[in-house]
Amino acid sequence: MGDRYRGGVPVVELRGAVALLGNFPALAGVDLTVESGEVVLLRGPNGAGKTTLLRLCAGLIRPESGSVEVLGHDLVHERRSVRRRVALLGHSTGLYADLTVTQNVYFWARAAGLTVAEATQRVASALLRMGLSERLLGQPVHTLSAGQRRRASLAALVVRRPELWLLDEPHAGLDQSGRDVVDALVGDAVAAGATVLVSSHELERVAGLGPRVVTISGGVVVDDTGPADGGGPRV
Amino acid sequence: MSEVRRFLGDARLVAARDLRIEFRSRVVVGQVVPFALLVLVLFGFALDADHRTLRTFASGLFWVAVLLSALLAVHRSAALEQSDGTLDALRMSGLPPAALFIGKATAVFVQLVVLEVVLLGGLLVLYGVQVVDPVLLVVAGLLAGVAVAAAGTLYGALASGLGVRETLLPILLLPVLAPVLIGATRAFDDALGAVAVDGWAWTGLLAVAALIATVVGALAHGVLIED
Repeated sequence: MGDRYRGGVPVVELRGAVALLGNFPALAGVDLTVESGEVVLLRGPNGAGKTTLLRLCAGLIRPESGSVEVLGHDLVHERRSVRRRVALLGHSTGLYADLTVTQNVYFWARAAGLTVAEATQRVASALLRMGLSERLLGQPVHTLSAGQRRRASLAALVVRRPELWLLDEPHAGLDQSGRDVVDALVGDAVAAGATVLVSSHELERVAGLGPRVVTISGGVVVDDTGPADGGGPRV
Repeated sequence: MSEVRRFLGDARLVAARDLRIEFRSRVVVGQVVPFALLVLVLFGFALDADHRTLRTFASGLFWVAVLLSALLAVHRSAALEQSDGTLDALRMSGLPPAALFIGKATAVFVQLVVLEVVLLGGLLVLYGVQVVDPVLLVVAGLLAGVAVAAAGTLYGALASGLGVRETLLPILLLPVLAPVLIGATRAFDDALGAVAVDGWAWTGLLAVAALIATVVGALAHGVLIED
């Protein structure tokens, strides 16, 4: 597992990245390099800056200072070139409440640039993959439970086949089978060569993937201990 | 050419999505159109007038009703992108902001056309107006609809970004739409035979307003949804 961390192509490179939320420095100078195919578990207390770090990597927040490169592109000037290749699962679903599950996922597939044929095929596959029953697919999203919406939200990301996954508390609000689906999804993404940054308080859920564990506190990286399966310290 | 086709495809995708949401939620049919008809009726009560007086003011009353009702449609359109992280998802999708703008403005335009048709029916029935130049009426109505939809979509995104859309939108949008109100009213005055003016000249003003609102909106939308 540890070999995966050596000699890979940098997918995320942060150098002294500072990000403000209002006037508050949510990130106060983060240095972090994530290489292709890595699974990185971000840990830290509430308010440590994990969500801000993920949003920064998604290009949804501009760095106040420092540099942020994702997939080889500077996110200050080229973020639109990157976003279609990145998936962010945040605290919200990104779904339209009045559309059905299928309509939502299909819309996001087409918005990502897929052809009608590609979108149709991938939507069916993703919905099946997320374990959403046939009965739910034609229902408006506002009639679903929080866990079902979370699965639909994941399906909308799966269809894009992103190169970089940014998952913010992906197990939140899910039952046991939903959590298993997320774990399998991360495993499949890694097997397909994608890179995963996941913020979670549940180390045991992703421990099987041997993630590199990065601890954030007060907006800075305070520990970068290498793979959780014993690969040794990275810094 | 393929870039243009892709752009138009993206805009059509967004327009179809907004219209599908409207079709399912029935906000325009169930709330906006009844509101507009109610405004027409209330104008009739307020003026306490016979049909001759109402016919004289029908064009202005029609467009005031359209603009007030358009605020509801524009607010609804902007609110779609503020719910449950959909704006972030749009930004992550890679859709060109200009295509997003054109798509959303097209959806609002379609709703406004429906609104105008229903309100015109209201004018014919409630105010007893007669159409003397249907071509001018249709062209002016469509151009004013484009201008209102484009400016509304632009200012809807602006107000949403400021986080105070419900209260700020009318204050921002209505002054901008004053030239459209004047031009559309004059053009309709001519088309309905109420006042002897050159309706086509005013329709030219509407065309310029529609073009400016669309171009500025398409260019500015990216900045508004990013910042």
